[in-house]
Amino acid sequence: MTETAKPIIQIQNVSKRFGKVTAVDNVSLDINAGEFFVLLGPSGCGKTTLLRMIAGFELPTEGRILIDGQDMAGIPPNKRPVNMVFQSYAVFPHMSVADNVAYGLKIAGVKGGEIRDRVAEALDLVKLGGFGERMPDQMSGGQRQRVALARSLVMRPKVLLLDEPLSALDAKLRAQMQFELSELQEKVGITFVTVTHDQDEALSMACRIGVINKGEVAQLATPSDLYEYPANRFVADFVGSVNIFEGKLTLDDPDKAAVDCPGLGKVYLNHGVTGPHGADVWIALRPEKIYLHVPGEGKAVKAAAQDAPDGYNFARGKIKGMSYLGDITLFEIELESGTRIRVSRPNLSRHDQEDFTWDDKVSMHWRADSPVVLLG
Amino acid sequence: MAEQDWKTSKRTFAAVSLPTLFWVVVFFLVPMAIVWLYSFGENRGLTDIEFSGTLENYKRATEWLYLTIFGKSFAVAALVTLICLIIGFPVAMAITFASEKWRPWLLLGIMLPFWTNLLIRTYALMMLLGTQGFANKGMGALWEGTSWIKTLVGLQPLPTWEPVQLLFNNFAVVFGLVYVHLPFMVLPLYAALDRLDRSLIEASLDLGAGHFRTIMRIVVPLAAPGIIAGVMITLIPALGAYLTPDLMGGTDSQMIANVIERQFKKANDWPFGAALSFLLIYAMFILIALQSMRKKVPEVR
Repeated sequence: MTETAKPIIQIQNVSKRFGKVTAVDNVSLDINAGEFFVLLGPSGCGKTTLLRMIAGFELPTEGRILIDGQDMAGIPPNKRPVNMVFQSYAVFPHMSVADNVAYGLKIAGVKGGEIRDRVAEALDLVKLGGFGERMPDQMSGGQRQRVALARSLVMRPKVLLLDEPLSALDAKLRAQMQFELSELQEKVGITFVTVTHDQDEALSMACRIGVINKGEVAQLATPSDLYEYPANRFVADFVGSVNIFEGKLTLDDPDKAAVDCPGLGKVYLNHGVTGPHGADVWIALRPEKIYLHVPGEGKAVKAAAQDAPDGYNFARGKIKGMSYLGDITLFEIELESGTRIRVSRPNLSRHDQEDFTWDDKVSMHWRADSPVVLLG
Repeated sequence: MAEQDWKTSKRTFAAVSLPTLFWVVVFFLVPMAIVWLYSFGENRGLTDIEFSGTLENYKRATEWLYLTIFGKSFAVAALVTLICLIIGFPVAMAITFASEKWRPWLLLGIMLPFWTNLLIRTYALMMLLGTQGFANKGMGALWEGTSWIKTLVGLQPLPTWEPVQLLFNNFAVVFGLVYVHLPFMVLPLYAALDRLDRSLIEASLDLGAGHFRTIMRIVVPLAAPGIIAGVMITLIPALGAYLTPDLMGGTDSQMIANVIERQFKKANDWPFGAALSFLLIYAMFILIALQSMRKKVPEVR
């Protein structure tokens, strides 16, 4: 994160209602100058409405939005110091690429020579140098998106808003553009605010992520914090893949805790939870944090682990499903309690997947700091 | 599969298209061809026409008198089209941007006049514009009201209200034609605007353009196909308008269709009427050809 966390956008108690539907419900959050901020959430969660309120296309029903300290109430979109890249790119089809990029500058009254220089510079920035004379219908979807980016960046906005910028691209191009967008953001130093429903996109690009659920901020955190320390079940489930078990807190000391889960058994933790004894909690356990033993290997591991200082958790089950994905294999294992747990296993050697088959009895373990205890 | 069959099987295609083809040939192409031949013919007696291959009819049709009527018809039709465009564009935009709830009702309002007979609509309009019509009565009431207020404050009253001649002149013809043709303009404009990607308009606003500039630089150029379709669909029938100038026009406001009608009926000079008709048809062909030659606006999906 940047040295000075100065908020460029302040969203204060903003709500937006369409008739009886509440799209955004009392959201307050600050977006810092120079950061790559991502609003992440399922479709219909209100994230796009929030972005459109920053741009000025929707007006908040309640609350206020400040950009660079200035209240945006009553300021129309064409007078706001932000620019937007639309989901459909919205490249003007009747204008050449250069005219598209020059559009905003001409309106701002920039002189002809300067327009030419800035358009060329912006096109170079998005790697479209020399494409100025092309018409949009002669370009691919990825190139049109770059035009939309250049058209916004050339205005040197305080904030660049991007509405699902990668959703229309194919998988390969999307992965490439994720890197390029991050690189571009670092180069120009403009605050980027992106809306997406794709968690991979959010994790790979963002400085910070605001997870939105049903119009409310579910969690505001850095990508790794969001993944490793989800604040609630929604975030744990929405970001990445996870096993969630309901349980009761039976031990809660400063340096250790235990949760009794009917589905999973007793789960030991090497840290305190600071929750009331006997409280209903949930255990979230990522599939890749569980180590699956090759049949026969389990006993030796268990014996060795008995002496380990932080302790391990063990479980046993039967393989009910396997899906081989190349780099990893996903297992669905039925525990002795009958509930199922998902485990992923990296294929470190080319023969790894041959060690397992359906209905194999297997054992698994995970570290005592792997499970996340969720109170809500 | 079945859909492909009739396209590939020539016999099925022929069987399906034959009735339509028959209809078009027998009831459209053949009569038109006969009229076209008439235009090169001469009157012999009351009913007989001899196809002599003469160009006399065309020579007469291009005399100054008739050329001025052609010119005037074009001018009236162009003016009507322009007024329809100026009125219709904001109306089409209003319908496009109206809420989902209102849009069908607004469209219905535009289409409602189609369900009423043109003659009835024209007479209704004449009642509105007549010297004893609502328009004159309304203006008269305003006039007398103003006069009354002036006397109230001690000024000279206005002179007595003289009804304005709103009917049986060129104004009435243009007014009536605009009234009749406005829906023809609004519907293609609406179709074009409705297809327009809203985010293009938002992008323009986002880049700093005001509403007026956004309309002129983004909406109008992208609605160009609809504008041209609306212009053609208004201009061509307005050019051939017959009923409105006949009923609402004065002695000097006859259009080319009225002249043609007179040749076929009162003057009983079918060859000359045919020549005038075909001059009008040629003019329309040229218009349509010009339209199809224009540069296509690229569409990005």
